[in-house]
Amino acid sequence: MMKNISDVELLAPGHRACAGCGCILAIRYALKALGKNVIVSMSTGCMEVVTTPYPETAWRVPWIHVAFENVAAVASGVSRALKVLGKRGVKSVAIGGDGGTVDIGLQALSGAAERGENLLYICYDNEAYENTGIQRSGATPYGAWTTTTPVGRVKRGEDRPKKDMPAIMAAHGVPYVATASVGYPMDYIKKVKKAASIDGPTYIHVHAPCVLGWRIDSSKTIEVAKLAVLTGMWNLYEIENGVTRVTFKPPRRKPVSEYLKVQRRFRHLTDEEIMKIQQMVDEECKRFGIE
Amino acid sequence: MKKFMTGNDSAALAAKLARVKVISAYPITPQTTIVEKLSEFVANGELDAEYIKVESEHSALSACVGAAATGVRTFTATSSQGLMLMSEILFVASGLRLPIVMTNVNRSLSAPLSIWCDQQDSVAVRDSGWIQLYCENNQEILDSTIQAFRIAEETLLPVMVCFDGYILSHTAEPVDVPEQSEVDGFLPQYNYPYALDPEHPGSIGAVGVPDYYEEFRFMLQEEMLKAKEKILEVGKIFAEKFGRKYGLLERYRTEDAEIILLTMGSLAGSLKDMVDEYRQHGERVGLVKLRSFRPFPVRELKDAVGNAKAVAVLEKDVSPGLSGALFSDLSTALINSKKSPLLMNFICGLAGRDVSPLQIREAVKSTLEAVEAGEVKNPVRWLGLRETLMGLR
Repeated sequence: MMKNISDVELLAPGHRACAGCGCILAIRYALKALGKNVIVSMSTGCMEVVTTPYPETAWRVPWIHVAFENVAAVASGVSRALKVLGKRGVKSVAIGGDGGTVDIGLQALSGAAERGENLLYICYDNEAYENTGIQRSGATPYGAWTTTTPVGRVKRGEDRPKKDMPAIMAAHGVPYVATASVGYPMDYIKKVKKAASIDGPTYIHVHAPCVLGWRIDSSKTIEVAKLAVLTGMWNLYEIENGVTRVTFKPPRRKPVSEYLKVQRRFRHLTDEEIMKIQQMVDEECKRFGIE
Repeated sequence: MKKFMTGNDSAALAAKLARVKVISAYPITPQTTIVEKLSEFVANGELDAEYIKVESEHSALSACVGAAATGVRTFTATSSQGLMLMSEILFVASGLRLPIVMTNVNRSLSAPLSIWCDQQDSVAVRDSGWIQLYCENNQEILDSTIQAFRIAEETLLPVMVCFDGYILSHTAEPVDVPEQSEVDGFLPQYNYPYALDPEHPGSIGAVGVPDYYEEFRFMLQEEMLKAKEKILEVGKIFAEKFGRKYGLLERYRTEDAEIILLTMGSLAGSLKDMVDEYRQHGERVGLVKLRSFRPFPVRELKDAVGNAKAVAVLEKDVSPGLSGALFSDLSTALINSKKSPLLMNFICGLAGRDVSPLQIREAVKSTLEAVEAGEVKNPVRWLGLRETLMGLR
């Protein structure tokens, strides 16, 4: 185990996540950062389904699942109840996938953020509705194949860029927003700890490859997660009280093709299309001062 | 102490007397003044509770689920479209066996849009696994809401207290308000045995695979059926303490009645007057006011109406393609009986349309005619329908 990371496993083995699942790492690392004094509310999605097939559960912390679009509201209720009960040391943590966060759960999350609820929201982003079988979400990147953005004679995968959810959360004026990647666990864990220590709504958006949806080999999860960051397809930063700070700068940014070519969800892309994505990424990186 | 109060104020005051700890609600007509009142109580420090100003009814109930599961007494209130938006979470709340109490101020459903009263909203969610209690007047609203917390917490089933929009919600009546100490004596502290707690970690809301799901639903059904006894028991304890009696239904001059009217909610008040009028003329008409729609008191209803010649069900809802829901439920209750009265259904009072004495007389007249004929032709009828408006027939 890496130093400074708890060796206590609050997510039990034996869950039903796919071999090589990036999202389950996001959950496992988050729990290592948070410790046992949490109540986790989770939206419907891959991680909910694979961790709690009744009568089993992989959760060694208190956990509740209610529905898909309301996890921020459920966690708000938990948070207020903890306040009433005077349990100051217990943190209300909401966890949702990208669909449950940037699409169907956006309203409840916006409400919780605007109300200033004392909760940490973690979005694990595998860039599609993977639980229902790889349908596009608002977080699916430009050009990606999914079952609802198929590559046909007229359409060639997702035709819209990924929704900028961290910016939406920052616009709510919440005290802490951060992006993270399961390829960089130390950075992620540090951010989870920081977010949990803040009294108020905090948000972490963690990028996590899905071997099934991204069409990668189950041994390549971490490699692909790292490539996203090393190519600037996914940048690591935090926004603390409105001030943005990049937490990891790739020493020499790699071309996006290195990231795209290892995933079969992008295999239809032409050189021109890859060029377009490169331009989009260059623009995005400029925003963060990443060369 | 008697106070002159609207139905909505009665509901809000009952929630305060129950010392709710988390209120999560969203404004909707005609429920709004309940949450306004509760916000005032919290703002003035009269009620020590968290008020969550949610962005929708869906989140209102979701936050109640989270808070109730963490171990505190919760309350929400809604109407109509708001209840529809909550409907997904209604089923989750009962499936998770969370003792949440909700007021539903009955209002019709869109379309066409209407803010006025009928009971289509709560009737539409009768299968959601919530206990549903209907109130005739503002005293019943206050009393039933206080009882609802005890019923919910002792059955681990959520309870919806329903009453008619405007007719009760915005109409003031004298209400006997108990002292806080009396309510404290009646209502024990909230104690949810499976509360989310890091000291005793557990998982709530797991995936129910086919090997398990059916048993969960069966248990819910069993507990709902058993809840009838709890409603009676809590009603009895309440009566001992406060002197007002509550059960699953109320019988009004039904002993020797040949024709029994059956309804839910405030219409019962008007029908009692009509029953008295018929009785003055020597006609044996009685009334059954159903208080508990879910669980449905099959045995008690059979006892109440079994000896009548006919039952006229007057209700403010319709299940398009069949009949009113109360009528079809009554029919189910009487099935397999050796002797069943003739059954007539009168859909009336939709979207706040007045149910006039003239309409009620028409219903009783048609029912008498059926009794004389010994059969029912066209059992589902509509009262006060303005056929000229429809370009039909």
